[in-house]
Amino acid sequence: MESLWLSLKLASCVAAILLVLGAPLAYWLAFTKWRGKFFLESIVAMPLVLPPTVLGFYLLVAFGSRGPLGKLWLALFGHTLAFTFEGLVVASVIYSLPFAVQPLVNSFESVDKKFLDASAVLGSNRWRTFWRVIAPLSLPGFITAAILSFAHTLGEFGVVLMVGGNLPGITRTVSIDIYDRVQSLDYSAANHLALLLLLIAFAVLSSIYAMNRKVWSPWPTK
Amino acid sequence: MAYEVTSAVLRAQIRLQRKTAAAPLFTLDVSLGIPPGITILFGPSGAGKSTLLDCIAGLLRPREGHISLEDDVFFDSTRNIHLPPQLRRIAYLFQSPALFPHLTVEQNVLYGISHLAPEERRRRVEELLERFHVSQLCDRKPREISGGEQQRVALARSLITMPRALLLDEPLTGLEAGLKSAILEDLRAWLGAHRIPILYVTHNREEVDALGERVVALENGRIASVGVPHEVLDAPRRHRLAQAAGFENLLEGTVKDLREMEGVMRVQLGQSVSEIEVPLGHAGPGDRVRIAVRAGDILLATERPAKLSARNILEGTVSSIEQRGATAVCRVQSGVPFVVHVTQGALRSLELREKMKVWLVLKTHSCHLVES
Repeated sequence: MESLWLSLKLASCVAAILLVLGAPLAYWLAFTKWRGKFFLESIVAMPLVLPPTVLGFYLLVAFGSRGPLGKLWLALFGHTLAFTFEGLVVASVIYSLPFAVQPLVNSFESVDKKFLDASAVLGSNRWRTFWRVIAPLSLPGFITAAILSFAHTLGEFGVVLMVGGNLPGITRTVSIDIYDRVQSLDYSAANHLALLLLLIAFAVLSSIYAMNRKVWSPWPTK
Repeated sequence: MAYEVTSAVLRAQIRLQRKTAAAPLFTLDVSLGIPPGITILFGPSGAGKSTLLDCIAGLLRPREGHISLEDDVFFDSTRNIHLPPQLRRIAYLFQSPALFPHLTVEQNVLYGISHLAPEERRRRVEELLERFHVSQLCDRKPREISGGEQQRVALARSLITMPRALLLDEPLTGLEAGLKSAILEDLRAWLGAHRIPILYVTHNREEVDALGERVVALENGRIASVGVPHEVLDAPRRHRLAQAAGFENLLEGTVKDLREMEGVMRVQLGQSVSEIEVPLGHAGPGDRVRIAVRAGDILLATERPAKLSARNILEGTVSSIEQRGATAVCRVQSGVPFVVHVTQGALRSLELREKMKVWLVLKTHSCHLVES
């Protein structure tokens, strides 16, 4: 059970960080008129298609004492990122980035431009327009982003294995725990954990789809 | 009244090119001064009315030009000045009310004045809600009130900021006539106390007549004419403007002869034998001309009229009758097709039906020469 709590802690941290980092990135992607925008869009979407081992490998290299991120972390905190909980958080943030950014971009883009124009001619700058108009109208997008990045982090395996290894209580997440138990032929324990993950995944997805149903939407339909 | 009375003129000199759905390269090239009071911006769709408003509000950046109000420069291409909309204090009302759906009516109205002290906000919101008769709706969400109420709230929300100029882009389109005039009445009352430059886009004649002090006619990105409503709209000199101003009949013809002593000329319509007398214009014998006549300015008779002052009496046949609300639209073939509006009463008493022989009566001065 320790592994499940670790996974939930990791997923919550990642979802929270992604909301904070993802919102400005999504805002920029939704509203920039820069022609090279596709460039950043592909970078953000890359974790969707890249094998987790490839991403994990490069992260491991970057986290090491000779990698840029590792050097920085070493200077700041006295240890490198590889095989630590912080390392898992950083890796998962990158790995789940598209799951937070995509729903945010979609909901920012779907805010009627008339509302943004109205806000501007009523004297609001972009910052205030974001907080008073775009953010409240994008509430379902924020919730979807949080839930998806939470769920995606909860279920990740390859990246965790590459950068975190399998240290109980530090980096042994639930998916790695399941793999471990199957390896040691402890099928009943693996089954319990697997079933729990399955139920969590179902609960998460059904809550998103229910929310996107107009009738239940926390947001009044236009 | 805490409002200051200004007498500033809004000046806009704008050149801009953009791609639109209608034209691959649309050019807006205008220069106008808008004095305090209502100036109607009139023109067919695609003439660039909304583009012009967007430039003045700051939502669009013109390629070159100068936009200013009194001493404040909002835009100047030579000095590279482009003030964002939120710093211009120009209120802009769109065709749709664009009320924020997640805020109540009261929160919507308060949106533009959050920087003021609470007592001042309270005072202003009460005054504006009262003025536009929406006080009783203050806790409702926009989706819970009617379209007319939404537009009233949008007006209150714009005017509470004490704008230095006001832009209205067909704000009453789609509202029922009685409601429209009630809202216009409230708007006019507010304007009585606040003389600011107002640019009002509409192509509705009733709104022009109810509000207009001045009309600027825009066509194809350029100013076609400026003047009082009567001058600009009742004697349209351009073809597309004539259609927009409600001249249902646009007749092609050839000038036969001029009768300068009488101030009239005779025009042969199309290839037909029908001739009508119209006021003299910039045309000589043999010239092709276009004549605009309102469908409501033509009289119909079921017998040949005699002893009339009207000089143009044409024989024709009713080709169709179509009911459109309170009026009936009759199409009459008389060498060339005419559209005539008659009332339901006239339709009944004349017993008009299709294929019936009728006489069209046109006063000389109901026929307007149009530049083609």
